[in-house]
Amino acid sequence: MDSRQLFSGGFSLSDIHPAKLALVVFLIAYPAFTSDFFTYQIGAYSLILGTIALSLMMLAGYGGMVSLAQMTVAGLAGYLVAILGDNSMDVMGLGWPWWMTAPVAILSAALFSAFIGAISVRTEGIYTIMITLAIGVAFFYFVRQNYPVFNGFTGFAGIEPPTVLGVYWRDPVPFYYLTLFIAAGFFFAVLYASRSTFGLSLQAIRDNPRRMRALGYDVTLHRIAAYFMSGVIAGTAGVLMVWFNGRISPGSVGVDVVIDILVIAVVGGMRHPIGPFLGAIAFVLLENFAIDLIDRERFNTVIGVAFLLIVLFSPDGLLGLWNRTREKIRFGRKVRPGYGGTKTNDRHAAGSLEETKP
Amino acid sequence: MLGIGKKALAAAAILSFASPAMAQDSIKMGALATLEGAFTVLGEDGMRGVKMALEEFNYTAGGKKIDLVTGSSDASPDSAVRGARKLVEQDGVQVLVGPLSGSEGLAVKDYAKTHPEVTFLNGSSAAQDTTLRNPADNFFRFSTEGAQWMAGLGEYAYNDKGYRKVAVLAEDYSFPYTQVFGFLEPFCRLGGEAPVDARFWVPIGNKDYSSVIAALPDDVDAIFVALGGADAVNFLTQYEQAGGSAPLIGGSITVDQTVLGSKGRTRDFIIGTPSAGPISDTWDDAGWNEFVAAYKKQFPDGFPSPSLFAHAYYVNTKAALLGLEAVNGDLSDGGAKYRAALADLEFDTPTGKVSLDERRNAIADMFLSEVVEGPDGNLVNKVIKVIPQVSQTLGLSYDEFLKYGQVGRENPTCG
Repeated sequence: MDSRQLFSGGFSLSDIHPAKLALVVFLIAYPAFTSDFFTYQIGAYSLILGTIALSLMMLAGYGGMVSLAQMTVAGLAGYLVAILGDNSMDVMGLGWPWWMTAPVAILSAALFSAFIGAISVRTEGIYTIMITLAIGVAFFYFVRQNYPVFNGFTGFAGIEPPTVLGVYWRDPVPFYYLTLFIAAGFFFAVLYASRSTFGLSLQAIRDNPRRMRALGYDVTLHRIAAYFMSGVIAGTAGVLMVWFNGRISPGSVGVDVVIDILVIAVVGGMRHPIGPFLGAIAFVLLENFAIDLIDRERFNTVIGVAFLLIVLFSPDGLLGLWNRTREKIRFGRKVRPGYGGTKTNDRHAAGSLEETKP
Repeated sequence: MLGIGKKALAAAAILSFASPAMAQDSIKMGALATLEGAFTVLGEDGMRGVKMALEEFNYTAGGKKIDLVTGSSDASPDSAVRGARKLVEQDGVQVLVGPLSGSEGLAVKDYAKTHPEVTFLNGSSAAQDTTLRNPADNFFRFSTEGAQWMAGLGEYAYNDKGYRKVAVLAEDYSFPYTQVFGFLEPFCRLGGEAPVDARFWVPIGNKDYSSVIAALPDDVDAIFVALGGADAVNFLTQYEQAGGSAPLIGGSITVDQTVLGSKGRTRDFIIGTPSAGPISDTWDDAGWNEFVAAYKKQFPDGFPSPSLFAHAYYVNTKAALLGLEAVNGDLSDGGAKYRAALADLEFDTPTGKVSLDERRNAIADMFLSEVVEGPDGNLVNKVIKVIPQVSQTLGLSYDEFLKYGQVGRENPTCG
């Protein structure tokens, strides 16, 4: 996306590609022509998973740090909503109002994320993945065995989103717009941040940390700050997640779910913030409808094969598939390799991600 | 590539515009079980139970054709609710059978409250609070729950076996809590002891029991073991290797075929282990034998004998179909008449008569059995006693029973 124009002053509505306008109109009108099921369980759920994957895309795509603990960060925020607010389990449930639980949960998640950053930023590649995976697994076992605070295996149920401005926010249509608003907000924030001084120096650190250190940048601090920001995104999505499910238990932060987030980000593509959302839509559609495509117990094979095919034919995910198709249309047969017009920055992002991929 | 993309887009568009269609002459029934994750094998057997009942009715009830739509969960409450929501809101099922596991049942019960027009029947989930506290008006459980399954075992251990003090080893979640409660309540009432510091709670899938075995007190008469599947096998092997000698008492899913098939010293060691549950493989009864024969015929690649999951799903599906027969397949009033018929339903299952209490939980027969060496040298669970018509409140009144409090690690405290 040519977002530079957005912030360079010479911006007018006609600069926006009609396809993007159409997408915006589609997203806003979406609940009008779909059933509640598609609005809530497909639409809102994709947006939530996409937002969590966005926090990973931001770290991995711009910072070169693949963290598997993003779901853990989101899960901590979700747990805090249940612990500080109300739940129906007679454990904890301090009864704080939502305007206190939500910010405290998000801030705590962000601090937790910064803490994860602080212990993992001095590592690279596979070692970052291992440390963050270890944190995710440790958190899973901790909440499963801790009864006084996290209520162990059972976790918490009966967590209600608030009724604000006379609207009950669990209703499909309001909840969809809430998630859309937040997801879009973070989407543009990440897009903007990637062009800001901070974002550019983060990308430079990804490409050559030693040179950036020599230039006088505090590499570690930059990376921890990136973790903090991704923690804000993941934490907010975690609050939405617990409102969506109405419950949270160790299964919500288990190893398979943690890996799902990585799958979503990789399948979607890590070059651009839209990638995680594409991946999330593909993931949620497959998760819900693969069982209808093939009878009985083999539907997980369909899910696996679909993801395998995507990654096999397009190592940069659905986003890469789309970009290549578009270039083919634009240049006919004369596709100039390595030239992507204004997407030069994105190219670098993909290039260096290769090194950090598991 | 472009063509495929367009087709996919078109398919997605069609998918998103499709709304749940309801044909007049057929009824959509959903079945939800764990077809992924750790309990996959059990979920598949549950589905076999559903299909057995449908086959028995030739996929018609009350003059309407029954369309079966299957859904899957991975034993986590989140996934169970997502699976149920898909079946109800997208596929438009009017009757839903499921889920399989205890915590899932609690979650689906809560979800049922948001769809009063859909009728939910339990699968095999056996947590107490699914029906005991805050029940949903449209959630029925024709299968019984974990505390009921233990009926008679506490008395048997105290009176017949003469045990006075037991240690407890169980997995750390809602279903074993319910089982431990069901066993200890009568055992402690009679005067037995089960000190809280001699109760050991391990995570599901625990492999190493050495620390538990080392901490087991020497002065106990027996160990109550409520572990399932591979966990039970792992514990028994390690306990035997460590030279353990205390007799065992089994939960409903502890002494199953995998344990009975063990060899060597473990084999001698488990002879005489009593357990209790909603079914017994070796019960010599015409109805049960017929059920087993039908299962084997329909599913040659299934288990050697139907598991309690197949049984529970079968009983609930059959209840759903009998209810539909009773109202002639008429669900036009949002199923109100249908649910009234279900609440009054009483029928014979392969394991005896079943009916519902006022919170729509089953009252049914339970089986007390003990491991013995069969005539051909194999170990089998021999039925000692059939405990007739066990209710959820174990014979007490509802208010009296609630005084016990919620099941948990330290309930009941005895000794």
